[in-house]
Amino acid sequence: MTDMLSDNETQGVTDLFSKFDPLIEMRRDLLSTGVTDPFGLVMEKVISPTVALCNGRETILLGTYNYMGMTFDPDVIAAGKQALDDFGAGTTGSRVLNGTYAGHKAVEEALCDFYDMKHAMVFSTGYQANLGIISTIAGKGDYIVLDIDSHASIWDGCKMGDAEVVPFKHNDIEAMEKRLRRIPKGAGKLVVLEGVYSMLGDIAPLKEMIAVAKKYGAMVLVDEAHSMGFIGPNGRGVAEDQGCLDDVDFVIGTFSKSVGTVGGFCVSNHPKFEIMRLVCRPYVFTASLPPSVVATATTSIRKLMTAAEKRAHLWESSRTLHKGLTDAGFQLGTDEPQSAIIAVIMPDLERGAMMWEALLHEGLYVNLARPPATPANMTLLRCSLCAEHSAEQVQQIIGMFTRAGKTAGIL
Amino acid sequence: MTMDRAETSARIAALIEPFNKKGVAVTDATRFTDDLEFDSLTVMDFVAAIEDEFDIIISMNQQAEIENYGQLVDAVVKLQG
Repeated sequence: MTDMLSDNETQGVTDLFSKFDPLIEMRRDLLSTGVTDPFGLVMEKVISPTVALCNGRETILLGTYNYMGMTFDPDVIAAGKQALDDFGAGTTGSRVLNGTYAGHKAVEEALCDFYDMKHAMVFSTGYQANLGIISTIAGKGDYIVLDIDSHASIWDGCKMGDAEVVPFKHNDIEAMEKRLRRIPKGAGKLVVLEGVYSMLGDIAPLKEMIAVAKKYGAMVLVDEAHSMGFIGPNGRGVAEDQGCLDDVDFVIGTFSKSVGTVGGFCVSNHPKFEIMRLVCRPYVFTASLPPSVVATATTSIRKLMTAAEKRAHLWESSRTLHKGLTDAGFQLGTDEPQSAIIAVIMPDLERGAMMWEALLHEGLYVNLARPPATPANMTLLRCSLCAEHSAEQVQQIIGMFTRAGKTAGIL
Repeated sequence: MTMDRAETSARIAALIEPFNKKGVAVTDATRFTDDLEFDSLTVMDFVAAIEDEFDIIISMNQQAEIENYGQLVDAVVKLQG
């Protein structure tokens, strides 16, 4: 016993946190310039889907993914309050034990109606939906072929499973086809794509890519997190817009963007899909969403089915902002507006952070995105529009960007 | 037909050149991250070049096991096998 103690005393402790030292140093350097921490913003009060109080200042929100502005929809809020009264604050249980309430079935029905698909499975977050579905369906000996710019939740789903992971260059149909062609015969194949890529706001050529995937006998999963509600004739996303939704085996989506609350889902027509509820660990081993959340989601999803006017206004805003920022001299992530995300490319992290702060002082919040989350090591100011942004706000935003761009020395 | 190791190594050496910005002398022990200073984007382009040259797949899982040039050559020889 004493021997063990003395052994312990002589051993130096390896600090498990030393691996984070480069990041800690990078942050220290950035903050030592006096810039406000871009990852520490607190909203003291949220006034509407497009305005909040930040540091005591009224701030236009242009980085919330609240595309359809459903967060303050009166019907949505009423449904949530009612469910809170009727079913309580939380389920305290897994979906497969005590955590499935009438509301969870109702939101899955709403998703089946929204996408016109047979099966829907709701997860506690969008992250868990990708994590769970990808890691469960692609197993040992199977191949996952995915776009290199895929979201972290897709990569983590790959890492959690046992399949061989084969990435290809962003949106490169030929690179994808080469990799599919080289996969050994008889192996299971899953192609993972996104409708809208959230960093640059660009869309995928899904029609062509899915046709290639099908030619090689692959199943296809498309993450439509950033398109739900406003892309496609029924707001089902980029695959619907390009007329290839019928060839998508699994659509992944989220409640935390257009739907305006939190949660994730997978919809599918696969005849055996329901077995996922028993084998998908991120679905089984976590508590289900609170009743108020699924009630707000159900109401929101059903309202999104008939939101054509809001959709049209959102697209109008996207076009106006894209043109305004281009005319002002900013470099954007796409040549034309492809989604409700407009990414403004910054020369480097330091000036990006300066610009971000200058915008905050103007009263505008956008996302500062930096490597490694960004493609090609870019620093981006990512703007996501909301259907509730007025035409006047969009003009205000362009003015703020122009002034801040001059302050930060970017224009 | 299995290609011998020397021939495979020569073909990979040719492919590495455009990515070897500092002109590091490459031996079997040369490490991609530490010696050649490849970042994740360079790795992707370099791996794609090798995959195309040899018509093979080097999955991320396999890449995780490859740290130096010698291990890459061995892996490519094996994948062609």
